[in-house]
Amino acid sequence: MAVTIQRAKVEWKRLPLSSNYAVAYAVKDLDVDVIAAYPITPQTTVVEKISEFIANGELNAEMIHVESEHSALSATIAASAAGARAFTATASQGLELMHEILHIASGLRLPVVMSVATRALSAPISIWNDYSDLMNTRDTSWITIIASTAQEVYDSVVQAFRIAEDPEVMLPVIVAYDGYIMSHTYEPVLVPENNEPILKYAPKNYNRIKLDPERPVTMGTLASPEWYYEFKYQQVAAMEKALEKAREADKVFAEYFGRGYGLVEEYMTSDADIILVAYGGLFGTIKEAIDMMRQNGVKVGGLRIRLWRPFPAEDVKNALKNAKLVVVIDKAISYGARIAGPVALEVMSAFYHDADKPSILSIIAGIGQRRITEETIKEIVDYSRKLLERGRIPNESLYWGVRGVRYE
Amino acid sequence: MAAKELPAWNELPAGAIIIEPGNSAERYTGDWRVFRPVIDQDKCIRCLLCWVYCPDSVFEIVDEPYVSSKGRKYKFTLKIDYYHCKGCGICVEECPVDAIDFVEEVK
Repeated sequence: MAVTIQRAKVEWKRLPLSSNYAVAYAVKDLDVDVIAAYPITPQTTVVEKISEFIANGELNAEMIHVESEHSALSATIAASAAGARAFTATASQGLELMHEILHIASGLRLPVVMSVATRALSAPISIWNDYSDLMNTRDTSWITIIASTAQEVYDSVVQAFRIAEDPEVMLPVIVAYDGYIMSHTYEPVLVPENNEPILKYAPKNYNRIKLDPERPVTMGTLASPEWYYEFKYQQVAAMEKALEKAREADKVFAEYFGRGYGLVEEYMTSDADIILVAYGGLFGTIKEAIDMMRQNGVKVGGLRIRLWRPFPAEDVKNALKNAKLVVVIDKAISYGARIAGPVALEVMSAFYHDADKPSILSIIAGIGQRRITEETIKEIVDYSRKLLERGRIPNESLYWGVRGVRYE
Repeated sequence: MAAKELPAWNELPAGAIIIEPGNSAERYTGDWRVFRPVIDQDKCIRCLLCWVYCPDSVFEIVDEPYVSSKGRKYKFTLKIDYYHCKGCGICVEECPVDAIDFVEEVK
């Protein structure tokens, strides 16, 4: 379906916002009806800000105070089932506590949107960033966007509601970003003076099947073995559709508001021998490092995975196919796997059946917010070049920066 | 029961939502049964305890007069809806005159 939209006349104001506040502003501008959430570091200020908007009368919404994240998502689901535009936010242990309800939201095909300020998992307790919490949601049938700037966080939440509520998709969406590194640092963000164009871009879908006493339906049914599989396949098909719809949503967003991100972001990939693949705020550091290395004549580029689920395999392959070596930096560990980086696994499987493909190296870094600087990236690239010269790429993840582990 | 052609994934409402309410009567639970309750109309005294206790409401009061071998006249007959009877045996247990037999289902 071709959509032609002219550039909207939007008056933007430039505000200093953390990514958490950017989420709250997006929720306000999307006129969300119901928010249910439980505070957890580093997500708390999202909901604090939304509460402020409600108290000020800037947002007309119901804020449900619950006693746990399990209840937070349950209440959000119930609101969505009743037809409301519903939102929640969490991180880390909170996301883990929601886990069974994640499957229920997607299984019931409810267009809930949730922001996740990603954080490491206990034990030991870490309130700092990595993507272990988010990667555990990989198989829950939630569409997942990972943003890398506060502006992109705002824009992605707006896109998320459009994708989620699309009648051909009807799946929940997570918008994730780095806890602390992004959730608590301030960046200039453009937000509109009034939200009319935002609602025109992402209109509320009130025509879906909902819990309505006038037209009763049953949700949360039981499906015996001869029925269950078909409903799971519906989710597979909806995810396929979501890839197309997410692409369209970003394209229309770019036409309408003048900002677009694509499903992946390429940086100096066209002539690069080595391409670094990453996600979230780390990509900013990688771009800086690439600029520095390019000055020294190193042909290195970067690729950011913005849409994680559904995985845009073709976009990824197109960006990477001419590289000699692809280095995937994961901020999560799949314990017990030889390739323990979830995104590295995905990139490898995208290329598996191709005869002509780049070598792929999996690196684990930034676990529990172990610092990754431009220097770290340069060291990783230096080591990768050494491996390329030796012509042997290890078929197992390298755990970069662990004390006591050295790669020669 | 003969295998029916069930609808394909794209012919079903998304999310396993039941759009038409009150359709649990369509669910065939009769094939859960291992033993089948059978009423002996002659022994039955129409006390309706089975009708009260049945968790699946399978006892139907049918407008068919009945005269027992001892000459006792009843205005109605009791019948069992075997499409829904799961064979739990509660009626067999509760019947005060042992008028319900419990017969093993034989294929």
